Amino acid sequence: MGENLPVFDGERAAELVAELRTAFGSRRTRSYEWRAAQLKALARMINEKEAEIMAALYSDLAKPQLESFLHEVSLTRSACLLALKELKRWMKPEKVSSSLTTFPSSAEIVSEPLGVVLIISAWNYPFILSLDPLIGAIAAGNAVVLKPSEIAPATSSFFARTLPEYLDSSAIRVVEGAVAETTALLEQKWDKIFYTGNGKVGRIVMAAAAKHLTPVVLELGGKSPVVVDSNINLEVTVKRIAVGKWGCNNGQACIAPDYIITTKAFAPKLVDAFKGILEKFYGEDPLESKDLSCIVNSNHFARLTNLLDEDKVYGKIIYGGQRDEKRLKIAPTLLFDVPQDSLIMKEEIFGPLLPIITVDKVEESFDIINSRTKPLAAYIFTKDKNLEEKFVNTVSAGGMLINDTVLHLANPNLPFGGVGDSGIGAYHGKFSFEAFSHKKGVLHRSFGGEAPARYPPYTPQKQRFLKALLNGDIISLILALIGWPKS
Amino acid sequence: MESVGLDLLVEELRDTFESGKTRDFSWRKAQLKSLLKLLEEKEEDIFMALYKDLGKHHCEVFRDEVGVLIKSVNYALDNLKTWMAAKKVYVPLAAIPSSAEMVPEPLGVVLLFSSWNFPIGLSLEPIIGAISAGNAVVLKPSEIAPASSEFLAKNIPLYLDNKAVKVIQGGKRVGEQLLELKWDKIFFTGSNRVARTIMSAAAKHLTPVALELGGKCPAIIDSLSGSRDRKVAIDRVVGGKWGPCCGQACIGIDYLLVEEKFAPVVIELLKATIKRFYTKREYISKIVNMQHFQRLSNLLKDPAVAESIVCGGSIDSETLFIEPTILVNPPLDSDIMTEEIFGPLLPIITLKKIDDCIRFLRGRPKPLAIYAFTNNEKFRKRLIEETSSGCIAFNDAVIQYACDTIAFGGVGQSGFGQYHGKFSFELFSHSKPVLRRSFLTEFSFRYPPWNERKLKFMRLLYRFDYFGLVLLILGLKR
Repeated sequence: MGENLPVFDGERAAELVAELRTAFGSRRTRSYEWRAAQLKALARMINEKEAEIMAALYSDLAKPQLESFLHEVSLTRSACLLALKELKRWMKPEKVSSSLTTFPSSAEIVSEPLGVVLIISAWNYPFILSLDPLIGAIAAGNAVVLKPSEIAPATSSFFARTLPEYLDSSAIRVVEGAVAETTALLEQKWDKIFYTGNGKVGRIVMAAAAKHLTPVVLELGGKSPVVVDSNINLEVTVKRIAVGKWGCNNGQACIAPDYIITTKAFAPKLVDAFKGILEKFYGEDPLESKDLSCIVNSNHFARLTNLLDEDKVYGKIIYGGQRDEKRLKIAPTLLFDVPQDSLIMKEEIFGPLLPIITVDKVEESFDIINSRTKPLAAYIFTKDKNLEEKFVNTVSAGGMLINDTVLHLANPNLPFGGVGDSGIGAYHGKFSFEAFSHKKGVLHRSFGGEAPARYPPYTPQKQRFLKALLNGDIISLILALIGWPKS
Repeated sequence: MESVGLDLLVEELRDTFESGKTRDFSWRKAQLKSLLKLLEEKEEDIFMALYKDLGKHHCEVFRDEVGVLIKSVNYALDNLKTWMAAKKVYVPLAAIPSSAEMVPEPLGVVLLFSSWNFPIGLSLEPIIGAISAGNAVVLKPSEIAPASSEFLAKNIPLYLDNKAVKVIQGGKRVGEQLLELKWDKIFFTGSNRVARTIMSAAAKHLTPVALELGGKCPAIIDSLSGSRDRKVAIDRVVGGKWGPCCGQACIGIDYLLVEEKFAPVVIELLKATIKRFYTKREYISKIVNMQHFQRLSNLLKDPAVAESIVCGGSIDSETLFIEPTILVNPPLDSDIMTEEIFGPLLPIITLKKIDDCIRFLRGRPKPLAIYAFTNNEKFRKRLIEETSSGCIAFNDAVIQYACDTIAFGGVGQSGFGQYHGKFSFELFSHSKPVLRRSFLTEFSFRYPPWNERKLKFMRLLYRFDYFGLVLLILGLKR
């Protein structure tokens, strides 16, 4: 935000919403052409500004180039291209069969935009977590305000600077800022609020939304567990866990593995394999590795070191633990059998620390997971089909991935979102379109096929007829159509 | 009941849910069948309860509540297996080899608040969804329909699994105590004011909510030319206004929009139809209680509103009866035109041209339903595209409630969260994505240390340049 601009307070937020409401009211955003043009422009922006985007992400998080490319730029581009490709299909009214009760009639479900929506995004994937919901909101034909996270300032300012160059600024706006600006925005009446972040703010967002009866999507996190059975391909397993943990913004990802549960007997092998792979990935001095993101800021750095420095935890570090406060770097760190009541096992870690919990039998891990709040993701590595089925059927989580981590997020045909404490609502691909649409039921009736039994004066015959009608008794229906009963 | 007691009760339900019992297909099916049995065996009791609470005629009860419920349970029973089945999902080439599906899983322990106007229908319809999806349930019926509440509290334990489905009776205080507890979903049918309280309470626990509210549902009547069309349309308007609980229905018609020159025809037909239908007072429900009776009579007290009455208007506080009342052009800023009427008063707003109704509607909060009686295909299309509402029905009113294939629920001020049929099942389920991978096919390109070659690989992969990819893997491309 420029220095000379007045503060973004409730009044300015109200003006902004009023302007967007006018734009939405003009019906411009509803047309296929407008939506497609915006999506095309967005795709063009991603292509033309790739270097700038990567630089912003590096400045905010020291994110390795390949990670930025893979997780932010490419996924966003695919989401945008998918929306463009499918948009016509998504927008098309869906014919449904109408029931016998309302016969003769025809029914369809029409997707309509909700209106003016607010997207509040997060700092850990500041690019994709802003644009992925934006793509859904535009595809569904809404006017949008995007509030990027102030904790990733370079990316936030990139949006404020660049989106207006590419998108229709009368209907799509960026508001930069922190708590004060967000509060001003949340006071307004929106048609949907889409928030990515933590549960604490999630509660504030939902409480603010309640005042206006605004529906919300809350994309939160949680402690996503990884269960490791002993019958696995060990090398592939540790690689896949490591890349999902440290290869995703150094653990600062909502679906990163948070902790591992394995059997006591298997744990030593697993730990050894981890040590080997971590050295292979990040070298002997991981603080010097260019392939690890830094911790986003000193608050989070302090939060993470607090987790490590708790008395009952510190002695459990079996690998890593190095830190450099100046450069906000923390090395990949393994902890072994930390107590369940330690802070690190109570809170979402959101960083490069990985506790390994052990159990006697692998099945016991399901009880541990189910005794906690529902995570955004749950992972299991096993070759045992029965165990896999049991995991799917007894563990509840936003999403589930067998024998890998994080990848499920990249499949646009799967909804992405939490359950319980990990959030409300889902998006990605068509689900994004639906998250920002209202599915309006449309029933068409003709003036024919009238059943007088619907109306008083009521008679016993009418009641019998109604019974047949509601029970789907076709014979009675036919009789009705030829004029029976005439009470 | 004390909140400590409620605590224990929810804990019991959570234990039941954790036991996995409610997830079984056989449990769900058995519960639905029992519900059907309840509806069949206790039909007379239901008729009686609703007569006591609302003076509802048993034919009306059957049409709007019992009959619709039987249909809904049967529909759920027919489709339960399909709904419960995991859905295979297409996996893009880049993620192969893997398989993906969406597995519907129950949310846990859910809380339902139902309302007094269809105290049986609006209690059991969401229960059908919650049970089909495999949840444990607490139902808090409205205390404003005490006989129905009593009926549910007495009979649900006789038919449904006591350990998984509970009825808690009570008023505001019990409601508040229930809201302090943590639920996996809260489903509420009622007013906007209470809905705000519900959602604020839910926010504390991050509990998702479905809010089934109301709004002023208009019926637009185009200048129909055929006399038969006119008759059928007005039959349906009268049926949609005074039929369901004497206008005390969230999807009942709130007011009419009619072209000026056609209004006299509509008024005459309405009067005649009212006379033809409501030959006995028992064919129309009473106003639920004194408070609502007062509210409705107050709407009529405004002199400008009173002046606009063209038919009916008599009230009887003794029997809580308000006559079907028609008003023509009451002031648009009067309470009767700014608040949801929820009673037997029907304002008619006249327009120069029927097309003007679109502008009229767009300036107002989104209603739960819009009804339009017209044979004009273009006009219909415009209405679908240019107005917004929970649903829209052409040439009929209220009947869309019984159509299982379209979702029922509001948008904007009329609420959010859709149910009925499969949508009820989905509302009370979490659709859990499950992606399965094997340990085969590993690309080293996925893993650090990163280098330019790996980045190139990724570029090709995302561009779906499989040929280039193969070359790169084989080491033939730099």
